[in-house]
Amino acid sequence: MSPRDKILQAIRQNKPALTALPAIPTSNTFADQVVERFTEILTTIGGQVVSVPDMNGVAEYIRSHYPAHRVITTFPELAEVAEVHWEDTSPHELADVEFAVLNVHFGVAENGAVWITDPLMMHRASPFICQHLGVVLSAGQIVPTMHEAYARIGSADYGFGLFIAGPSKTADIEQSLVLGAHGPKTMTVFLVD
Amino acid sequence: MNHPQRAEVFNRDEDRVDWHDKTLWWVRQKRDMAAHKLPEWEALREAASQIKHNVLSNLDEYLVQFEAHAQQNGVTVHWAADATEHNQIVHRILVENQVTQMVKSKSMLTEECHLNEYLERNGIEVIDTDLGERVVQLAGEPPSHIVMPCIHKKKEEIGEIFHHHMGTEAGLSDPQILTGLARTDLRQRFLTRRVALTGVNFAIAETGEFVVCTNEGNADMGAHLADVHIACMGMEKIIPKREHLGVFTRLLARSATGQPSTTYTSHFKKPRNGQQMHLVIVDNGRTVQLGREDFRNSLKCIRCAACMNTCPVYRRSGGHSYHTAIAGPIGSILAPNLNMADYADLPFASTLCGSCSNVCPVKIDIHQQLYKWRQVLVQQGHVSASKAAGMQAMSTVLSNRRVFAVAGSAGRTLMRWFPGIVSNSLNPWYKQREMPEPPKESFREWYEKNR
Repeated sequence: MSPRDKILQAIRQNKPALTALPAIPTSNTFADQVVERFTEILTTIGGQVVSVPDMNGVAEYIRSHYPAHRVITTFPELAEVAEVHWEDTSPHELADVEFAVLNVHFGVAENGAVWITDPLMMHRASPFICQHLGVVLSAGQIVPTMHEAYARIGSADYGFGLFIAGPSKTADIEQSLVLGAHGPKTMTVFLVD
Repeated sequence: MNHPQRAEVFNRDEDRVDWHDKTLWWVRQKRDMAAHKLPEWEALREAASQIKHNVLSNLDEYLVQFEAHAQQNGVTVHWAADATEHNQIVHRILVENQVTQMVKSKSMLTEECHLNEYLERNGIEVIDTDLGERVVQLAGEPPSHIVMPCIHKKKEEIGEIFHHHMGTEAGLSDPQILTGLARTDLRQRFLTRRVALTGVNFAIAETGEFVVCTNEGNADMGAHLADVHIACMGMEKIIPKREHLGVFTRLLARSATGQPSTTYTSHFKKPRNGQQMHLVIVDNGRTVQLGREDFRNSLKCIRCAACMNTCPVYRRSGGHSYHTAIAGPIGSILAPNLNMADYADLPFASTLCGSCSNVCPVKIDIHQQLYKWRQVLVQQGHVSASKAAGMQAMSTVLSNRRVFAVAGSAGRTLMRWFPGIVSNSLNPWYKQREMPEPPKESFREWYEKNR
């Protein structure tokens, strides 16, 4: 008998009687003031929110903060200040990217996370390999909790989906928090009204 | 060496024990603050526990569903009955791809299976990429905590380890600088390794995707830069539907570190173009545990380590004293299932205070299982004759009112007249503590006079 069949047979012999799935609890804790809560929590976990009127505000930010660095983006309208044609490079060639600006689907108020899937990343490595990460989020696209987040994702198809909550971090050395473990050292959410 | 002997070694450095104790208690307090912000916290724990119960009661069906969906997504699914089969499968994938170097992110399953040692014996170099795991790997030690693998190390020691193994400047101890050095060193490994292995936090039967949660981003740096991604999971990691992730992602990081979420919650569904994605489903004793009615709930564990951070014994004895991949209260109810003779000491490494059960996000009755394992281990002859005799004597005294009264009175008198009888190094209760003043009378005697 194959290991697979051996394991399945052992489970059938040993499993308890079938029990029903419970209802998923609901929450109103984060239902109001989602933008304020999102901003507050993202700031607490080491990220920052920059409110911009439109994509020109993002371009302005790039010009002032990353004037002489490699910046990549998936937004064609940022072509003047960032590389927009990097889909055919290998992900390894992104190792020297200083700042990446990506689009995201929505944000989550309770934990400051944003949801992004692989078409928006161009390369799956892009949100991780850059030194600093920026994402563009519409203020109207923030849900209260992870329950609403998964309801919104529904049965969407993707190859890779990701919640990002702030910059990469570690506290492995004596519980001292250090931002920038292996991924980005900072995370900026450009909030568009 | 058993738990008490190893704990004694850990307790030789009093300052370190105090630091370890306070630091982990602070993590427990952070967990409390995060949990108390959610009025629905208890409802979430109950729902998580019931979802996991449903999983255990239908595990075969969910695994078959998961496998079919994962295969449709282009993932190669492997099954391993035990640790040896698991290690052989991983090795075979490496050989087939003619690779001798691999990066690995945190996976307690691979610690349980001793994968690193197996691969190294077969000429494969494995680099652990979680910062804490890298530190203990360089030190030649196993992790002492499942979330904070090098919590037993001081920053000066880590500076010394980096100096010795990575050639960094001597005498460094700033966590920011040390983390930066590891970042630079490991980035080169991520960019040059063709195979990356990760663990799995949740596998969704409905969609065939699996979810990996990290703060550092090391699992993703490995997986998205490698040609081959191998993910290894214990078979109990299954959850039925994607919507159930809402419950578990809300509980996991809050229970572990008090964060509202891990930085990254990565949903791997399909390999990227040109990439191979392998998933290894491992039993290694889990089907046996599933059949033990008293202990099967231990398979609900989501590896948050809240039970370790709160445990007065873990905090004061250190993770290495448990001599098993998963330390602390949860490790002490999982390990005897794998080998009763080797881990018979662990269910006794507890005060049975119940704090572990109170913080468990999936409501495992940990302290009750510790108590039940003690009974199984004594009945099956896995405890020493002296411990068994002591428990027998205790049982005689405690079950007979007169004997209890006489023994108590004699004990108090002896302790008053000859304190050296208990206050000496032969009495394990005297280690690291003062014995209390014996009371003049028992409560019963006081009550007789004062009622």
